[in-house]
Amino acid sequence: MTVFFYIAAIIAIFSTLMVISRTNVIHALLYMVVSLLSTAVMFFIIGAPFVAALEIMIYAGAIIVLFVFVVMMLNLGKPAIEQEKQWLAGSGWILPSLLSFILLIEVIYIISAAPAHPVAGVAISPRIVGHSMFTTYLIGVELSAILLLAGIIGAFHLARKKKQVVHRFLQKSQGAEK
Amino acid sequence: MYNLLWLVPALPFAGFLILAFWGKKLGKRLSSWVGVGSVGISALITLLIGFRFLTNPPQGHAFSQKLWSWIAVDTFHVNIALHLDALSLVFIFVITFVGFFIHLYSTEYMADDKGYSRFFAYMNLFVGAMLILVLGDSLLLLYLGWEGVGLCSYLLIGFWYNDPANGYAARKAFIVTRVGDAAMAIGLFLLFTSFGTLDIQKILNAAPQTWPVGNHMAILATLLLLGGAVGKSAQLPLQVWLPDAMAGPTPTSALIHAATMVTAGVYLIARMHGLYELAPQSMLAVAVVGMATLLIAGFAAIAQTDIKRVLAYSTVSQIGYMFLALGVGAWSAGVFHFMIHAFFKALLFLGAGAIILAQHHEQNMFKMGGLAKALPVTFWTFLIASGSLAAVPLITAGFYSKDAIIWYAWSGPGGNIYLWIGAVFGAILTGFYTFRMVFVTFFGKQKIDISHHPKWTIHIPLIVLAFFALFGGFIELPGTMGHVTLFSDFMKSVLPVEVGHHESASLELFSQVLTAVLALLAIYASYVLYMKKMNVVTRFTNTALGGALQSFFLSGLGFDWLYERLFIRPYVWIARINKRDFVDLFFVFLAWISRQFHYLFAYTQSGRVRRFVLGLALGAVVSITIVVFL
Amino acid sequence: MISLNTGLIIAGILFSVGFIGVMIRRNMIFMLLSIEIMMNAAGLAFVFAGSRWGAPDGQIMFIFILTMAAAEVAVGLALAMQLYQKFKTLDTDAASNMRG
Repeated sequence: MTVFFYIAAIIAIFSTLMVISRTNVIHALLYMVVSLLSTAVMFFIIGAPFVAALEIMIYAGAIIVLFVFVVMMLNLGKPAIEQEKQWLAGSGWILPSLLSFILLIEVIYIISAAPAHPVAGVAISPRIVGHSMFTTYLIGVELSAILLLAGIIGAFHLARKKKQVVHRFLQKSQGAEK
Repeated sequence: MYNLLWLVPALPFAGFLILAFWGKKLGKRLSSWVGVGSVGISALITLLIGFRFLTNPPQGHAFSQKLWSWIAVDTFHVNIALHLDALSLVFIFVITFVGFFIHLYSTEYMADDKGYSRFFAYMNLFVGAMLILVLGDSLLLLYLGWEGVGLCSYLLIGFWYNDPANGYAARKAFIVTRVGDAAMAIGLFLLFTSFGTLDIQKILNAAPQTWPVGNHMAILATLLLLGGAVGKSAQLPLQVWLPDAMAGPTPTSALIHAATMVTAGVYLIARMHGLYELAPQSMLAVAVVGMATLLIAGFAAIAQTDIKRVLAYSTVSQIGYMFLALGVGAWSAGVFHFMIHAFFKALLFLGAGAIILAQHHEQNMFKMGGLAKALPVTFWTFLIASGSLAAVPLITAGFYSKDAIIWYAWSGPGGNIYLWIGAVFGAILTGFYTFRMVFVTFFGKQKIDISHHPKWTIHIPLIVLAFFALFGGFIELPGTMGHVTLFSDFMKSVLPVEVGHHESASLELFSQVLTAVLALLAIYASYVLYMKKMNVVTRFTNTALGGALQSFFLSGLGFDWLYERLFIRPYVWIARINKRDFVDLFFVFLAWISRQFHYLFAYTQSGRVRRFVLGLALGAVVSITIVVFL
Repeated sequence: MISLNTGLIIAGILFSVGFIGVMIRRNMIFMLLSIEIMMNAAGLAFVFAGSRWGAPDGQIMFIFILTMAAAEVAVGLALAMQLYQKFKTLDTDAASNMRG
């Protein structure tokens, strides 16, 4: 069982690295899906089947798909990929990588300071999760519902094409350009 | 009555404040009322106080009025207090009285000037500061007035500031007197370390006990005070500023550079007579300085063409006489000459101002002529004043005052024959250049027409001052001529009586007759050379020696040339080398550091999101490192 | 057995990878994607922690994070579209003109 866990972990890390280093957006998104799937496998192994399913359904299935929709709507094409290659080429990744690496070392150091404790390995069914959610964490559920509402309204409002007020003199030239 | 003493300096200060803030709004008429009125009321109060003082003198012939406590630190106490005794009474009488008439005169002289209220503001400030100088009971207050009059002198010399030459003259005056002021400040420090106080009466009382005669400290302190006096009174070696100070308006020259400010040095030495008596070497220095100056200025005056410059050098020379008198121990004679000199010198300047006004602001007297008929009042008053200056015998006041000095130069406690010879020769020069000025200006053919006929505001001051220049001397007649000692009796309460080697009365008479005859001969010589045989002078100046002498005397005996090469050039050279002031380096460095920080912080405000995230990461790394590992 | 520390370390690695992605990439979509990676890693840590105690709390937290990520992605992508419409590019450095 642990072997599968480690395999899933390695695939997750590898595909995440792929995500941030691709030039083509769609490729990156697909690698992201792979990463999320391996994360779901990890969840499954440690006994959280509910969130494993939720991960795939919502994260990989809705959020990433939303990304894909937006990318396709923007319709950037070949020049965008060239531009990404240009941006990624320079030595700008040395300092961020260094800083992140130092941060990682510190986090590992802090984590390793605690005594190791095995993961319980007992599957927690959706029933238990649901019961806990709607009794102990009821307020959190309500608040996340409101958050989703705010998100919907905000996204709707922000994505609207703003009507551009152009002086009629310029309108003619704009029309000629178009 | 004495309690009104504080009003005497306060009124001019109030006048200054009113004119400084609201002068423009008040307009010409009200400004002149405020300006002249403040000094006038001060003069009135002074007269009343003086009258009371003469008839009913206060305890110990001195009156002190403490106004505030200025500094009270540990054992160092300085008060804003006014001290009135015979010496300061004479001075405030001259300052307010002559000042009032000069202010009255200025209402007409400056009538067309745009800075009318500014002028009166400065003049009032000057009168106030000068009064503080002579009334202060502590040397620190005296120094306050000292600096105040220096400031007003600067402001008034550079009154017409649009012309940069006036600014240079004002700067020159200020900087040269500053040299003297620095010496005086060091002298004050020395006095404080020796006596622990700067109160004048306390110092004068404590000095004989603390210092034996000829003490080095006494000599040093008095020499330093002499340095300050030399600066303010334009004596050798700091006399170079006074001729250039004539760039200011004529009433300023009359008040500041003839009657009052330049006599501040005389006041200082007379006031600190107690210290000077303990340092005979300093007294000798004072006398020598006085004599050298009077001769140098006399020589310079005989070659001048600008009427005001003649008067300026004449002032320097006459103050040299006062210093000579103080230096030989003839204290009250020096102060007497100060009072008489104030009258006739102010009169001469006011007359010169009237002439200048009437001659389209022409100041070269060789371009003038024949004004005796055209400006009669001015002519007669000017003649009276010139007579007083040249010490025309018996009738003028100047004769009595100057003669007393010449006599004491020989017979006084510190007098000797050489000083007497110098003083007599100075009298010859004085007579010569004074009447040279009179003959050239008033006689002969009139070359320029009259552009301004003086009115009563000019005539009244001239007439009043002429009266005093004539009759003021009769309160002090020498032993050979009636022996009236009203003035010296009055001053006895403050200044020590001159105890000279008692020469016989016939010797005194001989000195007086000799001086009178020589002065009259000098006047006659100037008459001949400038009225009758005018080509003698021109032939002389056309020769090489004559021409050289004339330019030498004209330039004030080359002192400006000397100082230019000795002091100014090296200083300017050093300043040029130190253009990037090395002391400034530290402050420039501070500015540079803050600018570098600015660049650093501006770098972080790039507006790019990734930059901000980078900053976040950096901060997180730093904080976690500190928390975890330290 | 799988220990908690291993899981947390894995979450940490995923988080730093996402952090690198945020700092390196200029494309807005990629930045948002990297932020998603970071949030996923955080959720991973929560789930591990929850299953250490055998309690559903970690999973509940993960659900909340999921919800928040969804809302944030919606709004973020809408902003990305506005960015594209305004500047005709998805370069975040183009929107660096600060006021004053």
